[in-house]
Amino acid sequence: MDLLTTLMDWLRPDWFLDLVVVSDDYNRGRYLAGLWMTVKLSVLSIFFSLVVGVLGAAVQGAPSRTLRVLVGAFVAFFRNTPPLVQLYFFYFAIGTVLRITGENGLPQPLVSNFGWAIISLSLFAGALNVEIFRAGVEAVPRSTVEAAEALGYTRLQIYRDIVLPLAVRISLPALGTNLVNLVKTTTLAYAIAVPELLYVSAQIWSEDLNVREMMNVLLVSYVGLVAVLVWVLHRWEKTLRIPGYGE
Amino acid sequence: MARKTPVRGQMAVLHPMRIRADALPLADRMFNLWTLTALMLAFAAVLIAPAFAQDAAPEKPGVISILLEWTPTLAKGFGFNVLISILSMAIGTAMGVVLGVLQVSPLRPVRSIAWLVTQFFRNSPWLVLLFYCILLIPFQIEVFGTTIPFPGWIKAVLGLSLPVMAYMSEYMRGAILSIPTGQWESAESLGFSRRQIMTDVILPQTVKRVLPSWMNLYAVLTMATPLVSIIGVNDVMALTRAALSAEGRVDLLIPMYLYILSWFFIYCYPISAVTRLLERKYSVKL
Repeated sequence: MDLLTTLMDWLRPDWFLDLVVVSDDYNRGRYLAGLWMTVKLSVLSIFFSLVVGVLGAAVQGAPSRTLRVLVGAFVAFFRNTPPLVQLYFFYFAIGTVLRITGENGLPQPLVSNFGWAIISLSLFAGALNVEIFRAGVEAVPRSTVEAAEALGYTRLQIYRDIVLPLAVRISLPALGTNLVNLVKTTTLAYAIAVPELLYVSAQIWSEDLNVREMMNVLLVSYVGLVAVLVWVLHRWEKTLRIPGYGE
Repeated sequence: MARKTPVRGQMAVLHPMRIRADALPLADRMFNLWTLTALMLAFAAVLIAPAFAQDAAPEKPGVISILLEWTPTLAKGFGFNVLISILSMAIGTAMGVVLGVLQVSPLRPVRSIAWLVTQFFRNSPWLVLLFYCILLIPFQIEVFGTTIPFPGWIKAVLGLSLPVMAYMSEYMRGAILSIPTGQWESAESLGFSRRQIMTDVILPQTVKRVLPSWMNLYAVLTMATPLVSIIGVNDVMALTRAALSAEGRVDLLIPMYLYILSWFFIYCYPISAVTRLLERKYSVKL
């Protein structure tokens, strides 16, 4: 019977308008600001993690053994340590040391908590991207590279014009999984008080005492964000498809 | 050729062949003597450098001795993290296998509901699920007059097992679908019921295929356990931060966090190394 009332409650057509994030101007503003912050965090970290991934994969194909080993160590370290501890390490340990004297004479952090969140998330996801791109580069047939060499392409040209376009297409599915994970990992910024979606929602539910409602709003928001990302990636995969290449 | 770049060298054919070394095996590239030395040196340098700075003020204890002093406490905290990860993994795996089997059920509604549940938990952030469990599960429940308390860490275990369940469900679905249909048909012709086919023929064969992903999932879960410190469980991360505020020294921050990072690294690296080994071993056989 209790369950039935709850169900009927949900089926009411105006329950949506009763949500605090819809009906209350102040809370709606905060919620939207949090959502915007999460989107900013996600987009910037995705961008920088892709840069880290491409550079790292390029270096791992380089002839210099030292460089390869260094990138290998970077990947191994960031893949096998908790992202939260990495974030704390950057924000609390390095962020405390990296301070400059501000205009009022007091020491001020050089990088804001938002900046550290982006740096930490980009390096964490970037390390995984290096592995993903490297697998993609290795999957490019050697004969293709040799053919390009025979045509007189330089190493850079081969990487830019032959290997990378093919490798990107091969690694897209794994990349998609990793980027979805990255969007989910942006919630960690809560721990260093970046006002993103989770942080703002926690503020709202501790003021309005509507934990259950905000929790559901939060879950639906994240599933929605991830759905948008998956849709974009899917479209991208479709536009990049070369007829007759791959499945 | 439309490209304007000239061919380097006039007599390309006469150039001696460039001999490239074979690609190193992944394990060698990631973890060899050089990596080990570099890591150890970096670690030692970070540990020692502040200690040298301390020489000027001999009344303060060195960084290394402080780290050693806190090690037993931190080890207990880390043991708690491992316990949480093992329990969540056990619960998540059990639920995930069931959900995965439901995802290939012949009944359409069951299949779609299982799919929906899997996708939902797979696509929501771990931290949000943890909050969900911590805040919405009552701190104690009464069953037949007896009160069963639900401390925070048990709720955390449940919260962490939800995403594990969803990932496991996806892996199981993939593994079950990858078993050749001939296995199903021959078992059917031997008179097995669907349940018997599932438990006696199909599931034992999926173990080998799921194992690498399962181990990888365990490493990911272990790396997610420090999240419970955010919601007030006294794990290694909470203890580290307590230790840091008790010592109250700025030069301790970097060594301490690196120390904890290396604990996790030492625990998780062998797991992912073995995972890669298994992946390579099984991918050859396919």
